[in-house]
Amino acid sequence: MPNRQISLRRQLTDYFFTGLAAGLSVVVVGALVAIFAYLVLRGAGALNWSFLTQTPKPVGEIGGGMANALVGSIMILGIASIFGVPLGVAAGVYLAEFGRNRLGQLVRFTADVLNGVPSIVMGLVAYGLVVVPQRHFSAFAGGVALAIMMVPTVARTTEEMLLLVPHAVREAAFGLGVPQWRTTLSVTLPTARAGIITGIMLAFARVAGETAPLMFTAFGNQFWSFSANQPIAALPLQIFTYAITPYDDWHRQAWAGALMLVILIVGTTTLVRFFFMRRMLGEAR
Amino acid sequence: MATAVEVRDLRAWFGKTEALHGINIAIESKHATAVIGPSGCGKSTFIRCLNRMHETNPEATAEGEVKIGGNDIYAMPAVDVRRRVGMVFQKPNPFPTMTIYDNVAAGLKLNGTRNRKTLDEVVERSLQQAALWDEVKDVLKKQSGASLSGGQQQRLCIARALAVNPEVMLMDEPASALDPISTAKIEDLIFELKQNLTIVIVTHNMQQASRVAEFTGFFLMGNLVEFDRTEKIFTNPSDKRTEDYITGRFG
Amino acid sequence: MGATPDRSVSISQPQASGQPVGPPPKDTMGTSESPKISLVTTSQRTPAWQRSLFNADNGFRGLMLIAALAILGIVGLIIAELMQRSAMAWHAFGMHFFFGSEWNPVSGGFGALPFIYGTIVSSLVALVIAVPLAVAVAVFVTEMCPKPLRKPISYATELLAAIPSVIYGLWAIFILVPLLRVYVDPWLMRYFSWTGLFAGPAYGIGMLAAGVVMAIMIIPIISSITREVLVVVPQPQREAALALGATRWEMIRMAVLRNARAGIMGAVILGLGRALGETMAVTMVIGNNPAIAKSLLAPGYTMASVIANEFNEATSDLHRSALIEIGLALFLVTIIVNILAGLMVWTVTRGTPARTNA
Repeated sequence: MPNRQISLRRQLTDYFFTGLAAGLSVVVVGALVAIFAYLVLRGAGALNWSFLTQTPKPVGEIGGGMANALVGSIMILGIASIFGVPLGVAAGVYLAEFGRNRLGQLVRFTADVLNGVPSIVMGLVAYGLVVVPQRHFSAFAGGVALAIMMVPTVARTTEEMLLLVPHAVREAAFGLGVPQWRTTLSVTLPTARAGIITGIMLAFARVAGETAPLMFTAFGNQFWSFSANQPIAALPLQIFTYAITPYDDWHRQAWAGALMLVILIVGTTTLVRFFFMRRMLGEAR
Repeated sequence: MATAVEVRDLRAWFGKTEALHGINIAIESKHATAVIGPSGCGKSTFIRCLNRMHETNPEATAEGEVKIGGNDIYAMPAVDVRRRVGMVFQKPNPFPTMTIYDNVAAGLKLNGTRNRKTLDEVVERSLQQAALWDEVKDVLKKQSGASLSGGQQQRLCIARALAVNPEVMLMDEPASALDPISTAKIEDLIFELKQNLTIVIVTHNMQQASRVAEFTGFFLMGNLVEFDRTEKIFTNPSDKRTEDYITGRFG
Repeated sequence: MGATPDRSVSISQPQASGQPVGPPPKDTMGTSESPKISLVTTSQRTPAWQRSLFNADNGFRGLMLIAALAILGIVGLIIAELMQRSAMAWHAFGMHFFFGSEWNPVSGGFGALPFIYGTIVSSLVALVIAVPLAVAVAVFVTEMCPKPLRKPISYATELLAAIPSVIYGLWAIFILVPLLRVYVDPWLMRYFSWTGLFAGPAYGIGMLAAGVVMAIMIIPIISSITREVLVVVPQPQREAALALGATRWEMIRMAVLRNARAGIMGAVILGLGRALGETMAVTMVIGNNPAIAKSLLAPGYTMASVIANEFNEATSDLHRSALIEIGLALFLVTIIVNILAGLMVWTVTRGTPARTNA
């Protein structure tokens, strides 16, 4: 019967495409595994105490570490957060509580567009705004570059989390005679706190791995620096600098730095997603 | 009179909950059989078992014997069952990205029919049978299936189901989302269709059942309480529960 | 401002003058626990001037507004900065800047065509590799795979997005490039050199390497948006296809993918937007050769890479200005592409909260 034959062909096609989709999914997951595997393989060996506590040795000498880069990253992120987080959260508050108008739409749209801008452009802007007038590279400039990147991200996630707070909660406060500003600060924000912190930490994790914006702002530094006004080392920058040199020992250290960076970023993202999300969903009930 | 669908001891589950508790029924060929009952009694579950749509829900299982035209539907691929048993859903669901023509031809193309002429013929015939041809014949390939009115969309779905020439047509409350005029058109359609086709129609509208179907089955809480000629069910039911439902004491 | 209704009709002082009224009437509620709520309205207590301008609500809203405007300000700053500092190069070369293929810092001739070419080609290679993979994962996870596998696979795909670009670059230099040089490139040269795309010595680095590593990086975003648009396809559409006797793949093709077409296109263009701006990983494996070559195995250069490599070593103000002009072009192109993509996805998902492109 012709029906039977067609049935078989269609059945085989079904199996084929199912298998294809499964196979390609394996490839994608495999890529992830490959990257992590090599990070551990190549990096774990060099990730030792001296790596975490020493500064880079002069070219050609074996040993040394990325301690200054670690500290530098923390400093830059700190500066970025001081500017980026309050501004981002405040913008998010505006969008959620007051932003159901044309201006709000424009700001929302702009924030989404900004999230897609290449980070190197942000670096160029911070260069023009900070490095040129000051005539030198600095941790501060790096912080500004990362802050510009954090603001739209934090604003949108803050807005999303605030919108999840049921309107009934706000109305309960209004009904008691609490003014709008007080309601937002003392009732709405604390209710959404877990989610907002999640959003901030995710933005944090995202900019922590950025290299390009730091290339013309923080610039990098072979030595210790604790000043916001001087060039400073940063973990991703250092990884990049080492990776493109011809020295094996520096390659080893680059892998170690990469492993550390990935652990910090992925660890933060995962922890934040699992624990805060769970708590937030539990609280919102 | 021949039996088109023979159901023996059909049980169905959603996860651990048993929705149908052993249904036995023999549906007459080339007649319309109505399935009535209050909400949640299992009528939709029942007909979805007849074309093995029930199992498309990952948590759903079914047991028992269902024979269509003498063939056990669990002994053949589900795909073949569904080709021979057509289904029309409660809310019209034409494919919005396809033209009217492509909607009707969809089932045919799946089965390998490529010939332009054959497709044209079948599309016209199906739309005629669904009483939609005159309204859409000029815009067959220009308008999308979703651009029609609700009643027209449902007739399009009927045409789509008819195009593959099924032996049995299942209708799950086909007119419940439509206005009275469209409902009347669909009921007229059923009158025409049942001359060549076995129809099983789920309805919560008892007047519709009595208008359209020769046989009626009354379902209650997953059981087939009574199954008989429609006049008997509505004028002189054997079971008290049926009588209570008919007279409006519940449901 | 929820004002409590004035229930005390015994107040005789005139309100119109705006003078504060006398002591509020005694609390008539009786129970010892009732709060001492004043039954005098706020508007009667606050002087008019204070009411209209300086109340805390307006102040708060104003502050938040400033923050929101800061976002608009950021875009303004970006455009202003880039335009101002690229003016020198713009005046020197005009439109010819984008069509000239000679990039020579020494002689002072700057044409950006090689970088535009490199950016486009590497992004296209990335898309060709990434789209089938990303869509396959999305289809597999939403339509095919058993429930317990769903979370792990989608989580693994999202994890790929969390890895910083520089680490992809590191992995690419030391793992991917040797792999390409030793196994893949010679194979491609042997069987596909008739296309003209795979010629020349196989260094490993080059357009193909950049495309491959970019592909891995954009798979997560294409996949997650595709997943979103697939999930939004109404269940009755799937049932309609199944009821006609379609196999599962036919159902997916006919009812799911067809309906989600526009959204998937949007996801792909979003991926393109991400690829265009990709800097570090590409810089590390593209080969840094400002020349236009047909072969994918040849080293090239992208807009983002040349900025990253040459900016700090720029030999002249003109050089720097030219690089910033490239930055401006990159900025404008990615904005346009992202807006386009956003529109396409929005028409399909209609108002689901926007995702950050992280």
